[in-house]
Amino acid sequence: MNVLIDKFDVFAGGFWLTLQICVLAAIGALILGAVVAVLRISPVPPLRAVGTGYVNVFRNMPLTVVMFFAAFGLPALGSNADFLRVPGLEAIFSRLDTDLPYFRFALIALVLYTAAFVCEALRSGVNAVPAGQAEAARSLGLTFGQNLRYVVLPQSWKASIVPLGSVIIAMIKNSALIGFFGVVGDLSATADQLTGAEGYAFIPVAIGISIGYLIMTVPLGALLDRIEKRQAVAR
Amino acid sequence: MRIKRVAAVAAVAALALGLTACGGDDGGEGTGSGSKSFAAGSTMEKLNKAQKIKVGTKFDQPGFGQKGLSGKPEGFDVEVAKIIVKELGIPEDKIEWVEAPSKVREDVIVNGTVDFVAATYTINDKRKERIAFAGPYYEAGQNIMVKKDEATITGPDSFKDGTKKVCSVTGSTPAETIKQYVKDVGTQLVLFDTYDKCRDALKGGQVDAVTTDNVILLGYIAKDEASFKLAGANFTKEPYGIGVKKEDADFRSFINDTLDKAVADGSWKKAWDDTAGKFGAELGAAPTINRY
Amino acid sequence: MSQQTVLYDVPGPRQRRITLVSSLVATVLLLVGAYFLIYRPLDAKDQFSMELWGPLVDPSNENFSLVWDRIGLGLKNTLTAAVLAIISSLVIGTALAVLRIQLKSLTRRRFTGLATPVSYLLRGLSVLLSAVTRVCVEVFRGLPVVITIFFVARGFPEFGITFDTLWYLVIGLTIYNSVVIAEILRSGMEGLPGGQGEAAAAIGLSPAQTTRMILLPQAFRIMLPALISQLVVVLKDTSLGFIISYEETLNIGKQIIGALGNPIQVYVVIAVLFIAVNYSLSKLAQYVQRRLSRGRKTAATAGQTAPPAALMSQSEANGTGI
Repeated sequence: MNVLIDKFDVFAGGFWLTLQICVLAAIGALILGAVVAVLRISPVPPLRAVGTGYVNVFRNMPLTVVMFFAAFGLPALGSNADFLRVPGLEAIFSRLDTDLPYFRFALIALVLYTAAFVCEALRSGVNAVPAGQAEAARSLGLTFGQNLRYVVLPQSWKASIVPLGSVIIAMIKNSALIGFFGVVGDLSATADQLTGAEGYAFIPVAIGISIGYLIMTVPLGALLDRIEKRQAVAR
Repeated sequence: MRIKRVAAVAAVAALALGLTACGGDDGGEGTGSGSKSFAAGSTMEKLNKAQKIKVGTKFDQPGFGQKGLSGKPEGFDVEVAKIIVKELGIPEDKIEWVEAPSKVREDVIVNGTVDFVAATYTINDKRKERIAFAGPYYEAGQNIMVKKDEATITGPDSFKDGTKKVCSVTGSTPAETIKQYVKDVGTQLVLFDTYDKCRDALKGGQVDAVTTDNVILLGYIAKDEASFKLAGANFTKEPYGIGVKKEDADFRSFINDTLDKAVADGSWKKAWDDTAGKFGAELGAAPTINRY
Repeated sequence: MSQQTVLYDVPGPRQRRITLVSSLVATVLLLVGAYFLIYRPLDAKDQFSMELWGPLVDPSNENFSLVWDRIGLGLKNTLTAAVLAIISSLVIGTALAVLRIQLKSLTRRRFTGLATPVSYLLRGLSVLLSAVTRVCVEVFRGLPVVITIFFVARGFPEFGITFDTLWYLVIGLTIYNSVVIAEILRSGMEGLPGGQGEAAAAIGLSPAQTTRMILLPQAFRIMLPALISQLVVVLKDTSLGFIISYEETLNIGKQIIGALGNPIQVYVVIAVLFIAVNYSLSKLAQYVQRRLSRGRKTAATAGQTAPPAALMSQSEANGTGI
């Protein structure tokens, strides 16, 4: 068990890096997912097709494949994802602004993949709003945009929050893959590093890694359960 | 050398009578498999009786152990393993090849998933705590591959200033070695699961260098001479050994004898020429077998 | 579909013209964007050359049959692992769901008619067991599947238990997915109207019989679409076999790339394969869902169907595995 104490800084570093990418990817996926959701329900058929196609492609592809395309497809397109080198952010998210693009590639992959699920969660929320609401709005003469903005979205938000939370939890777990695509030192790569190269016993390392993930996922899950129960009562 | 071989033969004689008897057949025919006999209770006898064997090797190491389109691994490690298996009196088609990536090699030996490992397996003291090594049968050295027009990287020290980015493979010895040279792991080091990905990253310009054993790098350079070159000389010595169970001294010395014999009868050199030798890497003189 | 039409009026002639024009503009913009941002740079890097694509798409290429033999093997292995994992997850997940429901009812029981210490002991035991299963569910649901698989493959041999890599993968996937399935079924059973259980008790069924004959069949029926979506998740998750050297589709793809040096092309083919299989599975899930909701329209009120729908979307999101 000594490894947990001796190498606490390694675990903590891995946890911190995983947390960084999760926070960034969650924000990105929520924004992109909302855009895709609007595309999916928009009145313009080609945009709708793009939205639907996007969801079908990314939902049915293993994340490993998405990761691969981000890490090797983007360079083939001639991009190092430099648009993510937002000035000011590097103070907290140190890896965002390095010459090594793999943190950014992994971030893009997580965002692209998760956005498809965010879109579905939002859409399920929109579906939960009784049809009469949107119909009433329409009969008042609201346009598609106004309908969404003033009537549907404010109500659907409540119904979406639990599925959205589940998506984010899944995303945190999915981030365990970034270590296989060039990002050095995240939480799951720590397991590899400590048991493989440094020869620590397997079980304690496993426990340390598990705690790291559970710290992120379990409280979030408990929070969601609470929200869900309260919503059930309210309903 | 001469004296060593005499000693080797003596060792064999001391080990098992049957072994010396077939030590002279040049390892020629693999057909007379059942005819070999080994000391009762030894690993060799068990394997020979079972007429099948599991060998751990790499599936993604060009020139050493790479699984191609045929679905069978090919390379120098694979050929060396075949020589050993043949000496055990087991036909080649009875070998079950098990993928043994760098980070699990000790594990698969210790828990008995494989009977031995030949997988660009550097002999070092830390690994000797858990397993034992026969050999070495080849001595590689870590080197650095860069783009043809790269002039600023001349050796591992070039990474010390913290600007150059280098790629290697998760859990491998070279990755551990290069960590001592880079200033900041987070901004300078990239780790993938295969060297193919490192090569692609180097070609795409995401990293400035790829580091691992020279022979692997030479394999890539041979395929794409217009793009890549080595930067300087080897900066480590990586003697490749055959990994076996720690307590199995008999099996280890049997493999050592087989390797000695393979060097003497030329099958070792032939194995090299057919595989990694095609990349233009020097085989050099046979490394001295380290019997400990 | 119906939801979309609710959000905007049926277009009139002017609106249709505007839609048509904006559709055309959007299509042109998309195509132009795709050409300049994707096609041009790839073409400049020669990624469309037959040298790279040939072995995958041209039957007359010398490597074509070899490559597809290997991919076929990979697909077979992927499907084997997925099928085994889904079957065992279903079995264990169902058992776990029943266990949790039973334990929950046991903790509420007073064990009257037994000596006081025995009844306290039994109550304590059921509370403890209930807590243990709860913790197991939370832990395995909260861990990344990669980590679970990795732990199984590295941890089991530590205790001297060794299998083929296939089984490590299946066990790893089962641990995660059975917990998810158990939660799907449990929420399905708890979402059923209380009258179902009460009616069962009234006609004299024991709790075990109630679960087996009344609750479980209905929960399965309601949750079938969610269960099929979980199958998609399992199929995608088998791609994690590469970390323990299981030769599934992606791992084989890696070997092909090693031999032919065409990573982007191979991954495109693999992505298309995965999307095709999973897309048909999701379509199947939708079809099943539609049929079920059609069958229930007369029997159930809207209020009863609502909770399972909400739960389903959640469980679907839960199962975003990888």
